[in-house]
Amino acid sequence: MEALNGIKDLSYALDTFYFLITGALVMWMAAGFAMLEAGLVRSKNTAEILTKNVVLFAIACIMYMIVGYNIMYGDGTEGGIIPSLSFMLGADNNPEEVLKIGMDGWYDGSYYSSMSDFFFQMVFVATAMSIVSGAVAERMKLWAFLFFAVVMTGFIYPVQGYWKWGGGFLDQAGFLDFAGSGVVHLCGATAALAGVLLLGARKGKYGPDGKINAIPGANMPLATIGTFILWLGWFGFNGGSELILSNVGEANAVAKVFVNTNMAASGGVVAGLITARLLFGKADLTMALNGALAGLVAITAEPLTPSPELATLIGAIGGVLVVFAIITIDKIKIDDPVGAISVHGVVGIWGLLAVTLSNPDSSLGSQLLGIGSIFVWTFVTSLIVWGILKAVMGIRVSEEEEYEGVDIGECGLEAYPEFTGSKGSGI
Amino acid sequence: MKMVMAIIKPFKLDDVREALSEIGVQGITVTEVKGFGRQKGHTELYRGAEYVVDFLPKVKIEAAVSDGLVDQVIEAIAKAANSGKIGDGKIFVSPIEQAVRIRTGEAGEEAL
Repeated sequence: MEALNGIKDLSYALDTFYFLITGALVMWMAAGFAMLEAGLVRSKNTAEILTKNVVLFAIACIMYMIVGYNIMYGDGTEGGIIPSLSFMLGADNNPEEVLKIGMDGWYDGSYYSSMSDFFFQMVFVATAMSIVSGAVAERMKLWAFLFFAVVMTGFIYPVQGYWKWGGGFLDQAGFLDFAGSGVVHLCGATAALAGVLLLGARKGKYGPDGKINAIPGANMPLATIGTFILWLGWFGFNGGSELILSNVGEANAVAKVFVNTNMAASGGVVAGLITARLLFGKADLTMALNGALAGLVAITAEPLTPSPELATLIGAIGGVLVVFAIITIDKIKIDDPVGAISVHGVVGIWGLLAVTLSNPDSSLGSQLLGIGSIFVWTFVTSLIVWGILKAVMGIRVSEEEEYEGVDIGECGLEAYPEFTGSKGSGI
Repeated sequence: MKMVMAIIKPFKLDDVREALSEIGVQGITVTEVKGFGRQKGHTELYRGAEYVVDFLPKVKIEAAVSDGLVDQVIEAIAKAANSGKIGDGKIFVSPIEQAVRIRTGEAGEEAL
Protein backbone atom coordinates (compact mmCIF):
# COMPACT_ATOMS: atom_id res chain seq x y z
CA MET A 1 0.00 0.00 0.00
CA GLU A 2 2.82 2.33 0.88
CA ALA A 3 4.58 1.61 -2.38
CA LEU A 4 1.41 2.36 -4.31
CA ASN A 5 0.91 5.62 -2.45
CA GLY A 6 4.52 6.45 -3.22
CA ILE A 7 3.82 5.97 -6.90
CA LYS A 8 0.68 8.10 -6.69
CA ASP A 9 2.64 10.82 -4.90
CA LEU A 10 5.29 10.77 -7.57
CA SER A 11 2.81 10.70 -10.42
CA TYR A 12 0.87 13.64 -8.98
CA ALA A 13 4.05 15.57 -8.35
CA LEU A 14 5.38 14.88 -11.83
CA ASP A 15 2.18 15.94 -13.58
CA THR A 16 1.93 19.03 -11.39
CA PHE A 17 5.56 19.88 -12.09
CA TYR A 18 4.98 19.39 -15.79
CA PHE A 19 2.00 21.75 -15.72
CA LEU A 20 3.98 24.36 -13.83
CA ILE A 21 7.01 24.19 -16.11
CA THR A 22 4.99 24.30 -19.31
CA GLY A 23 2.97 27.13 -17.78
CA ALA A 24 6.20 28.99 -17.08
CA LEU A 25 7.22 28.46 -20.72
CA VAL A 26 3.92 29.96 -21.86
CA MET A 27 4.48 32.89 -19.50
CA TRP A 28 7.79 33.41 -21.30
CA MET A 29 5.79 33.88 -24.52
CA ALA A 30 4.75 37.23 -23.08
CA ALA A 31 8.39 38.29 -23.44
CA GLY A 32 8.28 36.96 -26.99
CA PHE A 33 5.26 39.06 -27.90
CA ALA A 34 6.79 42.12 -26.26
CA MET A 35 10.04 41.79 -28.21
CA LEU A 36 8.34 40.92 -31.49
CA GLU A 37 6.05 43.91 -31.30
CA ALA A 38 8.81 46.24 -30.09
CA GLY A 39 10.82 45.26 -33.13
CA LEU A 40 8.03 45.82 -35.62
CA VAL A 41 6.87 49.29 -34.52
CA ARG A 42 8.73 52.56 -34.94
CA SER A 43 11.17 53.66 -32.27
CA LYS A 44 8.95 56.52 -31.17
CA ASN A 45 6.25 54.03 -30.20
CA THR A 46 8.37 51.32 -28.60
CA ALA A 47 8.15 52.16 -24.90
CA GLU A 48 4.37 52.33 -25.08
CA ILE A 49 3.96 48.92 -26.67
CA LEU A 50 6.30 47.42 -24.10
CA THR A 51 4.22 48.99 -21.36
CA LYS A 52 1.08 47.55 -22.93
CA ASN A 53 2.60 44.07 -23.02
CA VAL A 54 3.82 44.06 -19.44
CA VAL A 55 0.64 45.50 -17.99
CA LEU A 56 -1.80 43.40 -20.02
CA PHE A 57 -0.10 40.30 -18.73
CA ALA A 58 -0.54 41.47 -15.18
CA ILE A 59 -4.17 42.47 -15.74
CA ALA A 60 -4.91 39.12 -17.37
CA CYS A 61 -3.53 37.23 -14.40
CA ILE A 62 -5.46 39.28 -11.87
CA MET A 63 -8.79 39.26 -13.74
CA TYR A 64 -8.50 35.54 -14.37
CA MET A 65 -7.87 34.95 -10.70
CA ILE A 66 -10.78 37.16 -9.64
CA VAL A 67 -13.43 35.80 -12.01
CA GLY A 68 -12.20 34.52 -15.36
CA TYR A 69 -11.02 31.10 -14.27
CA ASN A 70 -14.26 30.32 -12.52
CA ILE A 71 -16.36 31.43 -15.48
CA MET A 72 -14.31 29.12 -17.69
CA TYR A 73 -13.86 26.10 -15.43
CA GLY A 74 -16.42 26.56 -12.69
CA ASP A 75 -19.58 24.60 -12.18
CA GLY A 76 -21.07 25.42 -15.55
CA THR A 77 -23.50 22.90 -16.93
CA GLU A 78 -22.09 20.41 -19.41
CA GLY A 79 -23.08 21.40 -22.89
CA GLY A 80 -24.34 24.75 -21.71
CA ILE A 81 -24.03 28.18 -23.25
CA ILE A 82 -24.23 30.38 -20.18
CA PRO A 83 -21.42 29.70 -17.74
CA SER A 84 -21.59 29.82 -13.97
CA LEU A 85 -20.29 32.79 -12.03
CA SER A 86 -18.11 32.65 -8.94
CA PHE A 87 -15.08 34.52 -7.68
CA MET A 88 -11.57 33.82 -6.46
CA LEU A 89 -9.73 30.52 -6.36
CA GLY A 90 -10.69 27.71 -4.07
CA ALA A 91 -8.49 25.42 -2.04
CA ASP A 92 -6.18 22.89 -3.62
CA ASN A 93 -6.60 19.13 -3.48
CA ASN A 94 -6.35 17.41 -0.14
CA PRO A 95 -3.44 14.94 -0.23
CA GLU A 96 -5.27 12.30 1.78
CA GLU A 97 -8.30 12.45 -0.49
CA VAL A 98 -6.10 12.22 -3.55
CA LEU A 99 -4.23 9.15 -2.28
CA LYS A 100 -7.52 7.36 -1.72
CA ILE A 101 -8.22 7.33 -5.47
CA GLY A 102 -7.51 3.91 -6.94
CA MET A 103 -5.12 3.55 -9.87
CA ASP A 104 -8.04 2.60 -12.11
CA GLY A 105 -9.76 5.90 -11.56
CA TRP A 106 -6.58 7.91 -11.15
CA TYR A 107 -6.82 9.95 -14.35
CA ASP A 108 -10.52 10.56 -13.86
CA GLY A 109 -9.81 12.10 -10.49
CA SER A 110 -7.37 14.74 -9.29
CA TYR A 111 -3.99 13.77 -10.62
CA TYR A 112 -2.41 17.21 -10.40
CA SER A 113 -2.63 20.30 -8.22
CA SER A 114 -5.60 22.48 -9.08
CA MET A 115 -3.43 25.53 -8.43
CA SER A 116 -1.16 24.31 -11.19
CA ASP A 117 -4.20 24.04 -13.44
CA PHE A 118 -5.08 27.66 -12.69
CA PHE A 119 -1.48 28.67 -13.33
CA PHE A 120 -1.41 26.96 -16.70
CA GLN A 121 -4.76 28.36 -17.84
CA MET A 122 -3.91 31.84 -16.61
CA VAL A 123 -0.94 32.20 -18.92
CA PHE A 124 -3.16 31.18 -21.83
CA VAL A 125 -5.58 34.06 -21.35
CA ALA A 126 -2.62 36.41 -21.18
CA THR A 127 -1.46 35.04 -24.54
CA ALA A 128 -4.87 35.66 -26.10
CA MET A 129 -4.91 39.22 -24.83
CA SER A 130 -1.43 40.04 -26.07
CA ILE A 131 -2.49 39.22 -29.63
CA VAL A 132 -4.61 42.36 -29.56
CA SER A 133 -1.77 44.70 -28.58
CA GLY A 134 0.12 44.32 -31.85
CA ALA A 135 -2.82 45.03 -34.13
CA VAL A 136 -3.72 48.31 -32.43
CA ALA A 137 -0.13 49.50 -32.07
CA GLU A 138 1.11 53.04 -32.61
CA ARG A 139 -2.23 54.83 -32.40
CA MET A 140 -4.41 53.49 -29.59
CA LYS A 141 -4.71 55.12 -26.21
CA LEU A 142 -2.90 52.97 -23.68
CA TRP A 143 -5.57 53.20 -21.00
CA ALA A 144 -8.40 52.38 -23.40
CA PHE A 145 -6.50 49.24 -24.29
CA LEU A 146 -5.98 48.32 -20.64
CA PHE A 147 -9.67 48.79 -19.85
CA PHE A 148 -10.51 46.50 -22.75
CA ALA A 149 -8.03 43.98 -21.36
CA VAL A 150 -9.95 43.91 -18.09
CA VAL A 151 -13.16 42.92 -19.87
CA MET A 152 -11.55 40.56 -22.36
CA THR A 153 -9.65 38.57 -19.75
CA GLY A 154 -12.34 38.61 -17.13
CA PHE A 155 -15.29 37.86 -19.35
CA ILE A 156 -15.08 37.62 -23.14
CA TYR A 157 -12.32 35.02 -23.32
CA PRO A 158 -13.54 32.90 -20.38
CA VAL A 159 -17.06 32.53 -21.80
CA GLN A 160 -15.94 31.10 -25.13
CA GLY A 161 -13.25 29.12 -23.31
CA TYR A 162 -15.99 27.55 -21.20
CA TRP A 163 -17.85 26.57 -24.35
CA LYS A 164 -14.97 24.31 -25.37
CA TRP A 165 -12.53 23.55 -22.55
CA GLY A 166 -14.97 24.11 -19.72
CA GLY A 167 -17.30 21.46 -21.07
CA GLY A 168 -19.85 23.75 -22.69
CA PHE A 169 -21.86 23.28 -25.85
CA LEU A 170 -18.96 23.34 -28.28
CA ASP A 171 -17.28 20.52 -26.42
CA GLN A 172 -20.50 18.53 -26.49
CA ALA A 173 -20.85 19.17 -30.21
CA GLY A 174 -17.52 17.50 -30.87
CA PHE A 175 -15.57 20.66 -31.66
CA LEU A 176 -11.87 19.87 -31.22
CA ASP A 177 -9.21 22.41 -30.28
CA PHE A 178 -6.25 20.82 -28.52
CA ALA A 179 -4.30 23.85 -27.36
CA GLY A 180 -6.30 26.79 -28.64
CA SER A 181 -6.05 27.73 -32.33
CA GLY A 182 -9.65 28.78 -31.79
CA VAL A 183 -10.09 29.46 -28.09
CA VAL A 184 -6.89 31.49 -27.81
CA HIS A 185 -5.66 32.59 -31.22
CA LEU A 186 -8.86 33.13 -33.20
CA CYS A 187 -10.41 34.72 -30.13
CA GLY A 188 -7.52 37.18 -29.72
CA ALA A 189 -7.40 37.97 -33.41
CA THR A 190 -11.15 38.61 -33.53
CA ALA A 191 -10.99 41.03 -30.61
CA ALA A 192 -8.12 42.72 -32.42
CA LEU A 193 -10.14 42.95 -35.62
CA ALA A 194 -13.05 44.60 -33.84
CA GLY A 195 -10.67 47.09 -32.27
CA VAL A 196 -8.84 47.91 -35.49
CA LEU A 197 -12.11 48.50 -37.36
CA LEU A 198 -13.16 51.14 -34.84
CA LEU A 199 -9.65 52.54 -34.48
CA GLY A 200 -8.70 53.22 -38.07
CA ALA A 201 -5.36 52.99 -39.79
CA ARG A 202 -2.20 54.79 -38.82
CA LYS A 203 -1.80 58.24 -40.36
CA GLY A 204 0.06 57.97 -43.62
CA LYS A 205 -0.36 54.22 -43.97
CA TYR A 206 -2.81 54.39 -46.84
CA GLY A 207 -2.42 57.05 -49.53
CA PRO A 208 -5.34 58.93 -51.08
CA ASP A 209 -5.18 56.94 -54.32
CA GLY A 210 -5.31 53.60 -52.55
CA LYS A 211 -1.53 53.39 -52.20
CA ILE A 212 -0.24 51.25 -49.35
CA ASN A 213 2.79 52.80 -47.66
CA ALA A 214 5.32 50.71 -45.81
CA ILE A 215 6.00 51.71 -42.22
CA PRO A 216 9.12 49.67 -41.37
CA GLY A 217 9.77 48.34 -37.90
CA ALA A 218 12.62 49.82 -35.94
CA ASN A 219 14.46 46.76 -34.73
CA MET A 220 14.75 43.48 -36.62
CA PRO A 221 16.92 41.78 -33.99
CA LEU A 222 14.19 42.32 -31.38
CA ALA A 223 11.54 40.98 -33.74
CA THR A 224 13.66 37.91 -34.36
CA ILE A 225 14.45 37.14 -30.76
CA GLY A 226 10.76 37.68 -30.02
CA THR A 227 9.86 35.01 -32.56
CA PHE A 228 12.40 32.55 -31.17
CA ILE A 229 11.10 33.15 -27.66
CA LEU A 230 7.55 32.48 -28.84
CA TRP A 231 8.73 29.32 -30.58
CA LEU A 232 10.34 28.07 -27.38
CA GLY A 233 7.33 29.03 -25.30
CA TRP A 234 5.04 27.21 -27.69
CA PHE A 235 6.51 23.88 -26.59
CA GLY A 236 4.88 24.68 -23.29
CA PHE A 237 1.72 25.94 -24.95
CA ASN A 238 1.10 22.75 -26.92
CA GLY A 239 3.06 20.35 -24.75
CA GLY A 240 1.31 21.33 -21.56
CA SER A 241 -2.09 21.04 -23.20
CA GLU A 242 -1.66 17.28 -23.23
CA LEU A 243 -2.15 17.71 -19.45
CA ILE A 244 -0.59 14.41 -18.41
CA LEU A 245 2.99 13.17 -18.62
CA SER A 246 3.26 10.41 -16.08
CA ASN A 247 2.76 7.20 -18.01
CA VAL A 248 4.38 5.65 -21.06
CA GLY A 249 1.54 6.46 -23.43
CA GLU A 250 1.26 10.06 -22.30
CA ALA A 251 5.00 10.62 -22.25
CA ASN A 252 5.13 9.47 -25.86
CA ALA A 253 2.22 11.76 -26.69
CA VAL A 254 3.92 14.76 -25.15
CA ALA A 255 7.11 14.04 -27.06
CA LYS A 256 5.16 13.80 -30.29
CA VAL A 257 3.44 17.10 -29.52
CA PHE A 258 6.82 18.80 -29.01
CA VAL A 259 8.11 17.35 -32.28
CA ASN A 260 5.01 18.29 -34.28
CA THR A 261 5.02 21.79 -32.85
CA ASN A 262 8.60 22.24 -33.95
CA MET A 263 8.05 20.72 -37.39
CA ALA A 264 5.05 22.95 -38.06
CA ALA A 265 7.05 26.05 -37.15
CA SER A 266 9.85 24.93 -39.43
CA GLY A 267 7.46 24.29 -42.29
CA GLY A 268 5.93 27.70 -41.72
CA VAL A 269 9.30 29.47 -41.88
CA VAL A 270 10.36 27.84 -45.14
CA ALA A 271 6.99 28.27 -46.80
CA GLY A 272 6.66 31.87 -45.64
CA LEU A 273 10.13 32.74 -46.88
CA ILE A 274 9.66 31.09 -50.27
CA THR A 275 6.25 32.69 -50.74
CA ALA A 276 7.65 36.11 -49.93
CA ARG A 277 10.58 35.54 -52.27
CA LEU A 278 8.26 34.56 -55.12
CA LEU A 279 5.88 37.46 -54.53
CA PHE A 280 8.30 40.24 -53.63
CA GLY A 281 11.61 39.09 -55.06
CA LYS A 282 13.40 39.35 -51.73
CA ALA A 283 13.90 37.17 -48.66
CA ASP A 284 11.68 39.16 -46.32
CA LEU A 285 12.74 38.42 -42.74
CA THR A 286 9.45 39.61 -41.31
CA MET A 287 7.57 37.11 -43.49
CA ALA A 288 9.87 34.30 -42.35
CA LEU A 289 9.15 35.28 -38.75
CA ASN A 290 5.41 35.51 -39.37
CA GLY A 291 5.68 32.16 -41.16
CA ALA A 292 7.12 30.52 -38.05
CA LEU A 293 4.30 31.88 -35.94
CA ALA A 294 1.74 30.87 -38.53
CA GLY A 295 3.06 27.33 -38.50
CA LEU A 296 2.81 27.27 -34.73
CA VAL A 297 -0.75 28.61 -34.72
CA ALA A 298 -1.77 26.14 -37.42
CA ILE A 299 -0.63 23.09 -35.48
CA THR A 300 -2.01 24.29 -32.15
CA ALA A 301 -5.49 22.93 -32.81
CA GLU A 302 -4.15 19.38 -33.19
CA PRO A 303 -0.46 18.76 -32.51
CA LEU A 304 -0.87 15.13 -31.45
CA THR A 305 -2.53 13.09 -34.17
CA PRO A 306 -0.67 14.20 -37.31
CA SER A 307 2.55 12.54 -38.30
CA PRO A 308 5.59 14.84 -38.16
CA GLU A 309 5.50 15.01 -41.95
CA LEU A 310 1.88 16.09 -41.96
CA ALA A 311 2.60 18.58 -39.19
CA THR A 312 5.32 20.14 -41.33
CA LEU A 313 2.87 20.42 -44.19
CA ILE A 314 0.15 21.93 -42.01
CA GLY A 315 2.64 24.51 -40.79
CA ALA A 316 3.82 25.18 -44.32
CA ILE A 317 0.30 25.84 -45.54
CA GLY A 318 -0.06 28.24 -42.62
CA GLY A 319 3.13 29.96 -43.76
CA VAL A 320 1.82 30.44 -47.28
CA LEU A 321 -1.59 31.58 -46.02
CA VAL A 322 -0.15 34.18 -43.69
CA VAL A 323 1.75 35.97 -46.45
CA PHE A 324 -1.36 36.21 -48.61
CA ALA A 325 -3.50 37.17 -45.65
CA ILE A 326 -1.18 40.02 -44.68
CA ILE A 327 -1.24 41.42 -48.21
CA THR A 328 -5.01 41.02 -48.54
CA ILE A 329 -5.82 42.59 -45.19
CA ASP A 330 -3.66 45.57 -46.15
CA LYS A 331 -5.44 45.79 -49.50
CA ILE A 332 -8.82 46.16 -47.76
CA LYS A 333 -7.31 48.96 -45.66
CA ILE A 334 -7.20 47.17 -42.34
CA ASP A 335 -3.96 48.36 -40.75
CA ASP A 336 -2.33 45.64 -38.65
CA PRO A 337 1.28 46.64 -37.92
CA VAL A 338 2.45 43.19 -36.85
CA GLY A 339 0.13 40.92 -38.85
CA ALA A 340 -1.63 39.64 -35.73
CA ILE A 341 -5.00 39.20 -37.41
CA SER A 342 -3.40 37.23 -40.24
CA VAL A 343 -1.20 35.03 -38.07
CA HIS A 344 -3.67 34.28 -35.32
CA GLY A 345 -7.05 34.74 -37.03
CA VAL A 346 -6.74 33.52 -40.59
CA VAL A 347 -4.27 30.79 -39.73
CA GLY A 348 -6.17 30.00 -36.54
CA ILE A 349 -9.14 29.13 -38.74
CA TRP A 350 -6.90 27.01 -40.97
CA GLY A 351 -5.54 25.21 -37.91
CA LEU A 352 -9.04 24.34 -36.74
CA LEU A 353 -9.99 23.01 -40.17
CA ALA A 354 -6.73 21.05 -40.45
CA VAL A 355 -7.78 18.99 -37.44
CA THR A 356 -10.02 17.02 -39.80
CA LEU A 357 -6.95 15.92 -41.75
CA SER A 358 -5.60 13.75 -39.00
CA ASN A 359 -8.12 13.32 -36.22
CA PRO A 360 -10.89 10.82 -37.02
CA ASP A 361 -13.03 12.11 -34.14
CA SER A 362 -13.35 15.52 -35.75
CA SER A 363 -15.87 16.63 -38.30
CA LEU A 364 -15.92 19.62 -40.59
CA GLY A 365 -19.32 20.62 -39.27
CA SER A 366 -18.30 20.77 -35.64
CA GLN A 367 -15.10 22.62 -36.50
CA LEU A 368 -17.09 25.21 -38.45
CA LEU A 369 -19.53 25.50 -35.55
CA GLY A 370 -16.62 26.26 -33.26
CA ILE A 371 -15.09 28.78 -35.63
CA GLY A 372 -18.39 30.55 -36.11
CA SER A 373 -19.31 30.61 -32.42
CA ILE A 374 -15.96 31.88 -31.23
CA PHE A 375 -15.80 34.49 -33.97
CA VAL A 376 -19.33 35.83 -33.58
CA TRP A 377 -19.22 35.93 -29.76
CA THR A 378 -15.81 37.58 -29.58
CA PHE A 379 -16.46 40.00 -32.43
CA VAL A 380 -19.81 41.24 -31.15
CA THR A 381 -18.81 41.59 -27.50
CA SER A 382 -15.49 43.19 -28.42
CA LEU A 383 -17.16 45.63 -30.78
CA ILE A 384 -19.52 46.65 -27.98
CA VAL A 385 -16.72 47.17 -25.48
CA TRP A 386 -14.49 49.03 -27.94
CA GLY A 387 -17.53 51.08 -28.95
CA ILE A 388 -18.29 52.06 -25.37
CA LEU A 389 -14.65 52.96 -24.76
CA LYS A 390 -14.58 55.01 -27.95
CA ALA A 391 -17.71 56.91 -26.92
CA VAL A 392 -16.68 57.46 -23.32
CA MET A 393 -12.97 58.22 -23.52
CA GLY A 394 -11.91 57.81 -27.14
CA ILE A 395 -9.60 55.01 -28.19
CA ARG A 396 -7.28 56.87 -30.54
CA VAL A 397 -4.54 59.31 -29.60
CA SER A 398 -4.60 62.79 -31.11
CA GLU A 399 -2.96 63.47 -34.46
CA GLU A 400 -0.21 65.48 -32.75
CA GLU A 401 0.53 62.63 -30.38
CA GLU A 402 0.56 60.11 -33.18
CA TYR A 403 3.15 62.16 -35.08
CA GLU A 404 5.26 62.76 -32.03
CA GLY A 405 5.09 59.15 -30.96
CA VAL A 406 2.98 57.62 -28.21
CA ASP A 407 6.09 57.05 -26.08
CA ILE A 408 6.14 60.73 -25.18
CA GLY A 409 2.40 61.18 -25.03
CA GLU A 410 1.39 58.09 -23.08
CA CYS A 411 4.55 57.13 -21.20
CA GLY A 412 6.48 60.35 -20.82
CA LEU A 413 9.73 58.76 -21.87
CA GLU A 414 11.50 57.52 -24.98
CA ALA A 415 12.63 54.01 -25.71
CA TYR A 416 15.73 55.28 -27.52
CA PRO A 417 16.44 58.70 -26.04
CA GLU A 418 18.77 61.06 -27.84
CA PHE A 419 19.70 64.69 -27.22
CA THR A 420 18.27 64.52 -23.74
CA GLY A 421 19.81 67.85 -22.85
CA SER A 422 22.39 68.83 -20.32
CA LYS A 423 20.29 69.05 -17.20
CA GLY A 424 21.51 66.17 -15.07
CA SER A 425 21.79 63.69 -17.89
CA GLY A 426 25.55 63.58 -17.62
CA ILE A 427 26.25 64.85 -21.15
CA MET B 1 23.01 77.88 -58.78
CA LYS B 2 21.52 77.92 -55.32
CA MET B 3 21.33 75.47 -52.42
CA VAL B 4 17.84 75.51 -50.99
CA MET B 5 17.83 74.08 -47.48
CA ALA B 6 14.60 73.53 -45.57
CA ILE B 7 13.90 72.26 -42.07
CA ILE B 8 10.47 70.65 -42.01
CA LYS B 9 8.31 68.40 -39.85
CA PRO B 10 9.11 64.73 -40.52
CA PHE B 11 5.62 63.70 -41.56
CA LYS B 12 5.65 66.34 -44.30
CA LEU B 13 8.60 64.78 -46.10
CA ASP B 14 6.57 62.79 -48.62
CA ASP B 15 4.39 65.79 -49.48
CA VAL B 16 7.41 68.03 -50.00
CA ARG B 17 9.19 65.42 -52.06
CA GLU B 18 6.21 65.03 -54.37
CA ALA B 19 5.81 68.78 -54.72
CA LEU B 20 9.47 69.18 -55.67
CA SER B 21 9.31 66.36 -58.14
CA GLU B 22 6.31 67.98 -59.79
CA ILE B 23 8.25 71.15 -60.55
CA GLY B 24 11.21 69.26 -61.92
CA VAL B 25 13.65 69.03 -59.04
CA GLN B 26 15.45 65.76 -59.75
CA GLY B 27 17.33 65.07 -56.56
CA ILE B 28 17.39 65.99 -52.90
CA THR B 29 19.41 65.06 -49.84
CA VAL B 30 17.57 64.32 -46.63
CA THR B 31 18.91 64.24 -43.09
CA GLU B 32 17.14 63.44 -39.84
CA VAL B 33 17.91 66.20 -37.39
CA LYS B 34 16.73 67.51 -34.06
CA GLY B 35 16.22 71.11 -33.23
CA PHE B 36 13.97 73.83 -31.98
CA GLY B 37 13.02 77.35 -32.92
CA ARG B 38 10.25 79.06 -31.07
CA GLN B 39 8.40 75.76 -30.74
CA LYS B 40 9.23 74.72 -27.23
CA GLY B 41 9.85 71.16 -26.14
CA HIS B 42 8.26 69.49 -23.15
CA THR B 43 9.22 68.58 -19.66
CA GLU B 44 8.75 64.95 -18.80
CA LEU B 45 9.20 62.89 -15.66
CA TYR B 46 11.51 59.89 -15.66
CA ARG B 47 11.21 57.82 -12.52
CA GLY B 48 10.26 60.93 -10.58
CA ALA B 49 12.95 63.21 -11.95
CA GLU B 50 12.22 66.00 -14.42
CA TYR B 51 13.99 66.17 -17.72
CA VAL B 52 13.45 68.39 -20.73
CA VAL B 53 12.83 67.11 -24.22
CA ASP B 54 14.15 70.27 -25.92
CA PHE B 55 15.05 68.99 -29.27
CA LEU B 56 12.25 68.00 -31.55
CA PRO B 57 12.74 65.65 -34.48
CA LYS B 58 12.83 67.44 -37.82
CA VAL B 59 13.93 66.63 -41.33
CA LYS B 60 16.45 68.72 -43.26
CA ILE B 61 16.08 68.75 -47.03
CA GLU B 62 18.77 70.13 -49.29
CA ALA B 63 18.30 70.63 -53.01
CA ALA B 64 20.73 72.23 -55.45
CA VAL B 65 18.70 74.06 -58.08
CA SER B 66 19.29 76.48 -60.91
CA ASP B 67 18.65 80.16 -60.20
CA GLY B 68 15.52 80.27 -62.29
CA LEU B 69 13.86 77.52 -60.27
CA VAL B 70 14.50 78.95 -56.81
CA ASP B 71 11.27 80.88 -56.37
CA GLN B 72 9.17 77.92 -57.48
CA VAL B 73 11.06 75.62 -55.13
CA ILE B 74 10.51 77.93 -52.18
CA GLU B 75 6.82 78.15 -52.98
CA ALA B 76 6.49 74.39 -53.43
CA ILE B 77 8.22 73.58 -50.15
CA ALA B 78 6.40 76.25 -48.19
CA LYS B 79 3.04 75.07 -49.44
CA ALA B 80 3.66 71.35 -48.99
CA ALA B 81 5.30 71.59 -45.58
CA ASN B 82 2.73 73.94 -44.10
CA SER B 83 0.55 72.47 -41.38
CA GLY B 84 -0.44 75.81 -39.92
CA LYS B 85 0.87 74.80 -36.52
CA ILE B 86 3.98 76.00 -34.76
CA GLY B 87 7.12 74.11 -35.68
CA ASP B 88 6.52 73.97 -39.45
CA GLY B 89 10.11 75.01 -40.09
CA LYS B 90 12.14 77.39 -42.24
CA ILE B 91 13.68 77.60 -45.70
CA PHE B 92 17.16 79.02 -46.37
CA VAL B 93 18.79 79.79 -49.70
CA SER B 94 22.54 80.06 -50.18
CA PRO B 95 24.63 80.41 -53.31
CA ILE B 96 26.57 77.50 -54.77
CA GLU B 97 29.99 78.36 -56.22
CA GLN B 98 30.52 75.17 -58.19
CA ALA B 99 28.81 71.84 -58.84
CA VAL B 100 30.22 68.69 -60.50
CA ARG B 101 28.59 65.39 -61.46
CA ILE B 102 31.04 62.74 -60.35
CA ARG B 103 30.22 60.07 -62.93
CA THR B 104 30.52 62.25 -66.04
CA GLY B 105 32.51 65.25 -64.91
CA GLU B 106 29.81 67.70 -66.05
CA ALA B 107 30.10 71.00 -64.24
CA GLY B 108 27.98 74.04 -63.53
CA GLU B 109 24.25 74.02 -64.14
CA GLU B 110 24.64 70.84 -66.26
CA ALA B 111 25.51 69.00 -63.08
CA LEU B 112 22.26 69.85 -61.31
